[in-house]
Amino acid sequence: MSIKAKAAAIGIGELKPLKEPGDNTALGLMAKVTAEAIADAGLEKKDIDGFLVGVPFADPGFIYPASAAEVLGLHLKMLNQVDIGGASPAGMIWRAAAAIDAGMCNAVLCLVADLNRRGDQRPPTVSVMREFEAPYGNIGANCGYAMIAHRHMFEYSTKPEQMAKVAVDQRTNALKNPLATFNDKPLTISDVLNSRMIVDPLHIFEIVSPVSGGAAVIVASPEVAKRAKHPPVWLLGAGEYCNHSSITYAPSLTESPIKIAADSAFKMAGLKPKDMQLVCPYDCYTITVIVTLEDAGFCKKGQGGPFVAEHDLTYKGDFPCNTHGGQLSFGQPGLAGGMSHVTEMIRQLMGRGGERQVKNASLGYVNGNGGIMSEQVGLVMERRS
Amino acid sequence: MSEYTKPLPKPSPTSRPFWDAAKRHQLMLQRCGACGQFIYYPRDRCPNCFADELKWQRASGLGKVYSYTVVHRASSRHFMEPYILAIVELDEGPKMTTNIVADPRAVHVDMPVAVYFDDVTPDRTLVKFKAA
Repeated sequence: MSIKAKAAAIGIGELKPLKEPGDNTALGLMAKVTAEAIADAGLEKKDIDGFLVGVPFADPGFIYPASAAEVLGLHLKMLNQVDIGGASPAGMIWRAAAAIDAGMCNAVLCLVADLNRRGDQRPPTVSVMREFEAPYGNIGANCGYAMIAHRHMFEYSTKPEQMAKVAVDQRTNALKNPLATFNDKPLTISDVLNSRMIVDPLHIFEIVSPVSGGAAVIVASPEVAKRAKHPPVWLLGAGEYCNHSSITYAPSLTESPIKIAADSAFKMAGLKPKDMQLVCPYDCYTITVIVTLEDAGFCKKGQGGPFVAEHDLTYKGDFPCNTHGGQLSFGQPGLAGGMSHVTEMIRQLMGRGGERQVKNASLGYVNGNGGIMSEQVGLVMERRS
Repeated sequence: MSEYTKPLPKPSPTSRPFWDAAKRHQLMLQRCGACGQFIYYPRDRCPNCFADELKWQRASGLGKVYSYTVVHRASSRHFMEPYILAIVELDEGPKMTTNIVADPRAVHVDMPVAVYFDDVTPDRTLVKFKAA
């Protein structure tokens, strides 16, 4: 049993993130990207019979999928919310393929949108997090990744300038992405290292900026994919793994659950990391990219620092990585930040990368990451000519 | 005396012995009678072997800094001053999210530490660490 090449991504919708949410609503942004994705796929709304959605912080609620579906006017044979943090969008792609392969539905809308409004209360964390993390100030994601970075520096002598290089190369990519939030001027390593220290050793330019926005992807059966406007991008392999919630209780700070998720994805695809022509790893922080490249098998464990320093991660480089700018330059519109890696992979493999198109890219790896290196999803995708 | 405004633990029936011991300035951990593992944070069953044989045992209070960060700007308005958030690996094995009470410039990974009980309110004591 495998979902290898059983479904394909055929359409995308993605908004340019907004620094200020204005009068938008999360449901309104969802409607906008849904319309865009359906048109992009060359389908009609009535063709959508599956729905996976992420619950926005700006408008959370019980029994969310049916409510959002009603607003959008969708009639569905499969619906659910996916709640695996930043890995939710990548997790939706394989869940959609699995539902299609199981014969439950034919065209699944994978949808995420959110607003970043000052003063909005986030839903409460689970009791054990409130009891054993919050009293010590382990609140939000920054602290956990900073502790991963310090441990990585201790174990492998990873350097701040190596981490900074990730933000610098991704910014070069963002300069060619009209949708990116930060696409007006290049960054240098010293810009990053001289920027404000937020959580030692991570500077502000190594940390995502919250914005408002949304994104949608349509995953379809082979039958529906035949009618698609653009070349279908097939899901060849998927893997998922999670072994902790708080990073304190992870088996290791520097060897993440990505290894098992990525190995599973490559095994299903029958391919190896070196076969990939593009990599889009979830990048909430610079250190996240370094650990992901190691654990997904693109370089040896502990060599992520030297690897990013020695390779050109830009769209024209020898190791194209997050060619949309990553979330670090695209911005993080809630869960749609994690969808940006998926949409970019689809765009590039369809050959719609514009000025930042990676030459001859037909195979790529996406990594979705939730929480503090907690939930991990690996996807291998291919455009078949 | 200014009011303590940071989040406080709300003990559950499962964790109450841990916080009650902290108030007495004792570090107590659960230990599994079946597999022998020390457990943190308190559970209803051993997360390792899932046996229902957890017993409370006093810990040495010694450990090492597994990793840390100096939080210059927190994600919560309750934490305005820079503070040291750390993961301490106890000599008994478990890791704990905690604070190191020290000059930030003196803290490093692998630093030996000893438990320090911070009576943050008359009712509640947090389990922190200082250089050993």
